[in-house]
Amino acid sequence: MARMKFLCDAERCIECNGCVTACKNEHEVPWGVNRRRVITLGDGEIGEKSVSVACMHCTDAPCAAVCPVDCFYTTDDGIVLHDKDLCIGCGYCLYACPFGAPQYPQQDAFGVRGKMDKCTFCAGGPGDDNAAEETEKYGRNRIAEGKLPLCAEMCSTKALLAGDGDMVSDIYRERVMKRGGRPQTWGWDTAYETG
Amino acid sequence: MTLHPTARHRNANTAARAANTPAGPAQNMDRTAGITAAQNMAQTAARAAGKTARPRLRMMAWCAAFIVCAALLLPAASYLLPAAATEAHAQVAAGENNRANFWRAVREGAAGYSAVNASESGMFINNGGQNWRQMRNGIIANYGGWAIIAALLALILFYAVRGKIPIESEASGLTVPRWQTWERVMHWYTAALFVALAVTGLSMLFGRVVLIPVLGAPGFALWANFSINVHNIAGPFFTVGVLAMLVFWLKNNIPDAVDWQWLKDGGGIIGNRHPSAGKANGGEKIWFWLVVLVGLLAVCLTGLALINWLAPFGVGGARDTMQLMHQIHAIAALIWIVVFFGHAYIGTLGTEGALEGMTTGRVSVEWAKQHHDLWYEEVKHQAAPRGVESTAAKTPAAPAAQPSAA
Repeated sequence: MARMKFLCDAERCIECNGCVTACKNEHEVPWGVNRRRVITLGDGEIGEKSVSVACMHCTDAPCAAVCPVDCFYTTDDGIVLHDKDLCIGCGYCLYACPFGAPQYPQQDAFGVRGKMDKCTFCAGGPGDDNAAEETEKYGRNRIAEGKLPLCAEMCSTKALLAGDGDMVSDIYRERVMKRGGRPQTWGWDTAYETG
Repeated sequence: MTLHPTARHRNANTAARAANTPAGPAQNMDRTAGITAAQNMAQTAARAAGKTARPRLRMMAWCAAFIVCAALLLPAASYLLPAAATEAHAQVAAGENNRANFWRAVREGAAGYSAVNASESGMFINNGGQNWRQMRNGIIANYGGWAIIAALLALILFYAVRGKIPIESEASGLTVPRWQTWERVMHWYTAALFVALAVTGLSMLFGRVVLIPVLGAPGFALWANFSINVHNIAGPFFTVGVLAMLVFWLKNNIPDAVDWQWLKDGGGIIGNRHPSAGKANGGEKIWFWLVVLVGLLAVCLTGLALINWLAPFGVGGARDTMQLMHQIHAIAALIWIVVFFGHAYIGTLGTEGALEGMTTGRVSVEWAKQHHDLWYEEVKHQAAPRGVESTAAKTPAAPAAQPSAA
């Protein structure tokens, strides 16, 4: 059984934010909700690194562990999804998540956040695949159509990989072998010569 | 010196060979002398043999000492290396592995830039999340749950053993005013909100384990949605109630020596003594200060932070702040709930005649004498029959005294 994973190759990501745009457009995500974002570390300095981050679909997902209404579930493909009909917008998943994946449409008085939204690995939600209701709540279900997440499909440098974890790691391992060098200096010397 | 058996045997052989040697001073001696000489020879030979064994042992000891010293010193020889190190060695020693350092900083919570404009969008790894998860799901949920169960069991046990504490003297029908109307409104306003907040708050912490099996996931989600909204809206109103209590009841709750004696006597709950007390006894004062200190500071204030009301004071909605506030809020609230059980028990089931003070505003003279003797002395001139609420009535007449007004 496939276990779906994202992997962002920091040697290739050029911070074009194409994945962010593709995600927003595909799922018609509302303002203020960012299922995916690109973080640039050491921005503007030599050696800056950009990484595209979204829900990492953890095996032992902290969001699911702390949810008071137990609205999370893991699909057979290892994708972590949630049921917006159960979600009460308490924010606990955001407190627990290491990656800042959970998003909320509101931030009103008395702590009202609205129902949580996050990356679905383009796999929709608990309803019928690509029914109008599912699309409205969770966005397109590309997995049901045999397609991979659009962010990775559209990545111009193929930095962002998505799919079966075994295949993703094979591709990445091949890249590393081609780049050469010790594991801790993958590609570094090629781009920046030393240190 | 202990020799190996084989070694000893070998020495004996050498001695015997020396004894049989024909040459030597023993040659010209007679048999007896020869025998003596042979014996002497044997002894000398044995001594000689001992001499050859000793250097060997000494050598072994030196070898052992050398091995031990080498084993201790050789690993330390790496300290000599930097002197003769190549450039590559020097680089490793100076910690010039940028890649590892870079990602280590990310793992430790270094933030970067993100074009997505949102709270903490540049933060890569939220390290506190896993700690918060383990605190909430582990320590708080486990110890909190058992503390509540233990407190309820303890009260049931106490009631079974001690029962209701009765009013000991004969009822005269006279009452004294204890709580004015505005005080009772303040009390029940805060109490009702407290119960609502406790029930909804406990639902948030334990509902997944306790209520989902009963209500089902959709049913509990409805209740939880109701709970979180009631909790978030009632919280600020409750805080106002607690603040009002602090302001208006502070004068009743200044601790003094009488309270210390009251505590030493177990408050009359444990044992059968009747320690003196003013309007508020030692126990009530402890409850008051717990409400004010733990309740106001650790529960109400953190609760306001959790609904983002403290943002104007610089306590923002960042995740690490929320994790900390939530932990303090949950722990302090659980303590409050456990102590509240005691307060509610003493005020209702535990003590005869206590509840009517907070419902009707008046308590019987007998109850006042028994539980708050010092305070009774201050108010006894206001004693009046039940149903006569006038504080001006000083003469206990009223032939047809109503049993109860409320």
